Amino acid sequence: MRKITYGEGIREALREKMLENKDVVLLGEDVGPYGGTFGVTKGLWEQFGEERVRDTPISEGVIVGASVGAAATGLRPVAELMFIDFLTFGMDGLVNQAAKMRYMFGGKISVPLVLRLPAGGGISAGAQHSGSLEAWVTHVPGLKVVYPSNAADAWGLMLTAIDDDNPVVYIESKVLYSQKSEVPDKVSKVPFGSAAIAREGADVSIITYGKQVHDALKAAAALAKDGIEAEVIDLRSLYPLDKETIFRSVAKTHRALVVTEEVKRGGYGGELSALVSEQCFDELDAPVVRIGALDSPVPYSQVLESLVLPSVEDIVKGVKEMF
Amino acid sequence: MALHSETGGIHLSISKELLSEMYRKMLRIRKFEKTASVFFAEGKIPGFVHLYIGEEAIAVGTCANLRDDDFITSTHRGHGHIVAKGGNLKYMMAELFGKETGYCKGKGGSMHIADAELGILGANGIVGAGHLIATGSAWSAQYRGTDQVSVCFFGDASTNQSTFHEAMNLASLWKLPVIFVCENNLYGISVSQARHQNIKDISQRAVGYGMPALSADGNDVLTVYEKVGQAVSRARAGEGPTLLEFKTYRQHGHFEGDSGAYRPKEEVEAWLQKDPLPRFESHLLESSILTEEELEAVRREVDEEIREALEFADASPYPAPESSVQDIYSDLIEEARIR
Repeated sequence: MRKITYGEGIREALREKMLENKDVVLLGEDVGPYGGTFGVTKGLWEQFGEERVRDTPISEGVIVGASVGAAATGLRPVAELMFIDFLTFGMDGLVNQAAKMRYMFGGKISVPLVLRLPAGGGISAGAQHSGSLEAWVTHVPGLKVVYPSNAADAWGLMLTAIDDDNPVVYIESKVLYSQKSEVPDKVSKVPFGSAAIAREGADVSIITYGKQVHDALKAAAALAKDGIEAEVIDLRSLYPLDKETIFRSVAKTHRALVVTEEVKRGGYGGELSALVSEQCFDELDAPVVRIGALDSPVPYSQVLESLVLPSVEDIVKGVKEMF
Repeated sequence: MALHSETGGIHLSISKELLSEMYRKMLRIRKFEKTASVFFAEGKIPGFVHLYIGEEAIAVGTCANLRDDDFITSTHRGHGHIVAKGGNLKYMMAELFGKETGYCKGKGGSMHIADAELGILGANGIVGAGHLIATGSAWSAQYRGTDQVSVCFFGDASTNQSTFHEAMNLASLWKLPVIFVCENNLYGISVSQARHQNIKDISQRAVGYGMPALSADGNDVLTVYEKVGQAVSRARAGEGPTLLEFKTYRQHGHFEGDSGAYRPKEEVEAWLQKDPLPRFESHLLESSILTEEELEAVRREVDEEIREALEFADASPYPAPESSVQDIYSDLIEEARIR
């Protein structure tokens, strides 16, 4: 075992796949010599060259759209947008083209594309650089969506994403990039649709992913002092979703709390909450609780930002109200 | 057989076989479209149908330069491109009928026909989406070191989309083997070109991207063949993209059911005089390339192909209910919520 950062986990997966398969190519704004806005692709341009690690113009439409055309004709592009918020400019390529092509064309064309999207707030980046937009992409049939919370999963999910023959939206938590965690000597692929139990507990199931896994673990530690043992489920993959792990946990704890960083309105957390309410109604001793950001764009001022985004205290409070 | 191109002033050497094949394909498109028009009116074909009648010279003149392994991206007005690239009329008609045997198993319809084996990366219901996809397939060919080219067909109005500019910029910057073929039929749905952009020749737009471009007669199949041929040679040689604008006219409305009342009668009549099909027929006869009997033989053969396609489509079954949630992913079946 050794410790590496979340960002290094993503990079090592990219390196591993690029060494293995020359059809794997990277593109995006500043991914070349600069090494990516958050440093994820550092060193790959030097190692694999200009043809395989391509700086593009600031032109999200063509980054996504050209990746679709390349993926449909034999390459396995991994495209990076600097911030998930900029997906607005690449949405047609992702949603109307990549996601629908296989279906509309009767299964005749595959789009093995991975789209990397740094997401989330917490760094005073303001409303246009702090989005948590997983609901936009989990809503779309034809896309797979993953969201790792640690270095080993970041690595293992990326290996799976690149090998997948479908378009995969790979969401990265900006505040986790520099966070170190243990990875085994040989990192294995993390299959899609397999959640991890980040902490076992018998009293309440906290269902979450990404940065909020860490908040949920802190909340669980605080709750344990009051005698409440929370089980923390790290979904890792938002679609396909590991429903079995969620249902099994809720059957054990009889309480479920969903934590996401996105605004609650119309969010993916609502989907998780509805799923548990519909499927586990007989098991529940209390209504499902949802914790998310306030229904607001993410503000710039640190004081306001921390108010709008969900906190560890919000989770603790939410759990306590269920008992 | 040597031929003199009407507008290019360049002597082209085109075999009788190729000329005859080009005629056959133009006729295939025309007759397929006429048939689709009739069956749409009768209610046998649902949804939207956008016909290519009047624009056949562009698809055929372009695709006559392409190999099966070259790529094309098409538009919502895509039938002509699919036929010109070698698409199978039976599967096309069955798709329009919404049948299981169609190109897309009845799940795509008129606007979403693709054939990976023929490099057809799809007709597309989104105006301007093909610009980016063709740029990507061209990048793929360049990266893989093949000499495949990509042709992107698009209309005049799509050049107002950001996708056009993003694609032109990247294609030019990376010297990608893509040919942007603008079918300027003078209207974006009901809005005339004069009301949707402040330029007359769309080829002007290439200046901003350092890309060679020209505007030419899109109702003369030989002009199209020649101009695209030059662009394809450039692309295969690694010299990068070209923008070609071909002026043409759609004889029907934007979609079947649209009367096209927004177009002046005199304009429509003037363009009907320039119909690419009789024009090519006259040329073939006057240049003694094909006899009237040979033309008639082609017409009969194409009629028979259309009849067979219709019979195939009509006799084919509708898709099974469970197929509605298949082909979304390569490896997952969406949870069926079939009621």
